Amino acid sequence: MMSDPAIVEPILTLVLLILLAIVTFGIVRVRGLFAVVILLGIYSFLMATLFVVLDAVDVAMTEASVGAGISTVLFLGALYLTDVKEATGKARHVAPLLVAAVTAGVLIWGLSDLPEFGSADQPIHAKGPDYLARSLPDTGIPNVVTSVLASYRGFDTLGETAVVFTAAIGVLALFARRRSERKG
Amino acid sequence: MRLDVVLRVTTKFILAPLLLFALYVQFHGDYGPGGGFQAGVIAAAAIILYALINGVGAAQRIMPQAVLETLIPAGVLVYALVGVAGMLTGENFLGYDHLAHDKVHGQEWGVFLVEAGVFITVFSSMIGIFYAFAGRRRA
Repeated sequence: MMSDPAIVEPILTLVLLILLAIVTFGIVRVRGLFAVVILLGIYSFLMATLFVVLDAVDVAMTEASVGAGISTVLFLGALYLTDVKEATGKARHVAPLLVAAVTAGVLIWGLSDLPEFGSADQPIHAKGPDYLARSLPDTGIPNVVTSVLASYRGFDTLGETAVVFTAAIGVLALFARRRSERKG
Repeated sequence: MRLDVVLRVTTKFILAPLLLFALYVQFHGDYGPGGGFQAGVIAAAAIILYALINGVGAAQRIMPQAVLETLIPAGVLVYALVGVAGMLTGENFLGYDHLAHDKVHGQEWGVFLVEAGVFITVFSSMIGIFYAFAGRRRA
């Protein structure tokens, strides 16, 4: 039996990434929007599994509940309001291709500024042990993800909450017409 | 959907554990994975499931639109007010050290209240967005 985590984990990651690539190809190629929504759900679940493999359980939980759960329901709701078939555009394909190519180029160019993969002298690796050591005596919270989110970077999380708030207010404002229609 | 017996009965059995799981994720976030954001989405999913099976009208009777529209800003306010309370006790904005008699206890209170704020906003926002979509008819 192959049970050494050093062997199993890369294989698992590779299988998940290949499945992700296949699903992504499907999302791009399929014309039926209902199938695309289901594929997006599958994509989110694969992504959540990948996060579990990377030991990021909190992120995996968020991805599974938001990406695969609520988003799918909202997409289906949007599909009901519009159409289940993607419109076959007669527009020129040169401009979108150019935009995509330029964006990809800029992103790859930006990658050159990132630290080398796994390099130990970066802040994310240097500061991590510090937080792990300080979290429990400082806050009494064993889950460092929670203590970093709420105690050390509370301002950041306040911003995130404000983003959710803004999104909800925006959608409610866009759809507010519904209520006045019903009254009339 | 109204006539599907299997879905209706299964939903009845799932709803309570779903809400309980949301509470578990909320209050166990200090020890395991989870927290306000995830718990809010899971609790909202329970209401959305109820709405999918019994209709949006039935869901709006247990979670009315007016309540939602109060809760969405209330969560952000709770969060921000905890920050202000930290300032009033002579700490930085969102510093929880002086919220209770000792530092660690203060941190626990601060994190608890802040997570509650996140829960309220996420929970009501998700349901609010769902209502906005589900309440419309095809143009």
